[in-house]
Amino acid sequence: MAEQNFPTGQLMAGKRGLIMGVANKNSIAWAIARQLAAQGAELAFTYQGDALLRRVKPLAESVGSDILCECDVTNDATMDSTFATLKEKWGTIDFLVHAIAFAGKDQLAGSFIDNTTREGFKSALDISAYSFVDAGRRASEIMNDGGAMVTLTYLGSERVIPNYNVMGVAKAALEASMRYMAADLGPRQIRVNAISAGPIKTLAAAGIGSGRHMFRFNKAASAMQDNTDPMGVAGAALYLLSDLGLSCTGETHHVDGGFHAIGMPQEGPLRESMPD
Amino acid sequence: MSDVLARVTKMVVEHLDVEEDKVTGNAHFIDDLGADSLDNVELVMAFEEEFDIEIPDDAAEHIQTVGDAVKFISEKVG
Repeated sequence: MAEQNFPTGQLMAGKRGLIMGVANKNSIAWAIARQLAAQGAELAFTYQGDALLRRVKPLAESVGSDILCECDVTNDATMDSTFATLKEKWGTIDFLVHAIAFAGKDQLAGSFIDNTTREGFKSALDISAYSFVDAGRRASEIMNDGGAMVTLTYLGSERVIPNYNVMGVAKAALEASMRYMAADLGPRQIRVNAISAGPIKTLAAAGIGSGRHMFRFNKAASAMQDNTDPMGVAGAALYLLSDLGLSCTGETHHVDGGFHAIGMPQEGPLRESMPD
Repeated sequence: MSDVLARVTKMVVEHLDVEEDKVTGNAHFIDDLGADSLDNVELVMAFEEEFDIEIPDDAAEHIQTVGDAVKFISEKVG
């Protein structure tokens, strides 16, 4: 992905927005950021803690961004300061990219019913779903009419994916939140959508039990018999965040090589995907 | 083995931005080479990619030094 060139143009010229959730160069949010920058967008980034600042800072600089806000979505003070910074630097914004999720590793393996704890459930829903509602509300207060928001979700919200567990529940809440936000902000012509991406090798994916089986199976069972290219997700985000996406809101858009459309995978590729 | 060592060394030098002579077999990623826990995960992911192997979580937890990585990878790639 790193060597690929994102299509350049002016689709985002004059637009400014916040990217929440870049961890490193493999992050989906980073592919989206690069694509938006290649189309002329001005970007700001959030990061959580020094370990991530060290990773996000050089990336942000490489796309000409000097607005980096420390932000923990469970901490109102840092959410306040992030959006206050944007208001102070820019006055208004045009878009928001939300790519944040969390569940404890013990919540992402084995039996959902046995392993999901009250605390695990609350924090997964808080960080992975409520954070979009909260960031979306704050963003809407400084967003120009006609702006757009995008969040990242996964098929585990609609169907059972082994080990994804409480994160699937959180993603279902995220998608439902997205629809309600779309309704509330629609009269201002602000569009709110979700991209349901297939599995991509990110730092976050490393936290999901049997992640490797997920990649192999997804490749074998998807319509395109390939894993999801982050560039496809970035392209979808560009469409949804630019004026190309006019009239599209409240949508969960799948970018997963057609995995979501398959009821029963072809036998050959599936057999080949299984370890000996 | 020596090929694996050379490739691992190069990757560690680049990822952690350290001098090559510090990347010895006994060098501990966190204690000696300034890695944080995210670096460890990133390095394991990078090794998987570079050598086209799978490093399960329980094995990854035991890869603490350059030597651990070279040993595990060498066994996998034969």
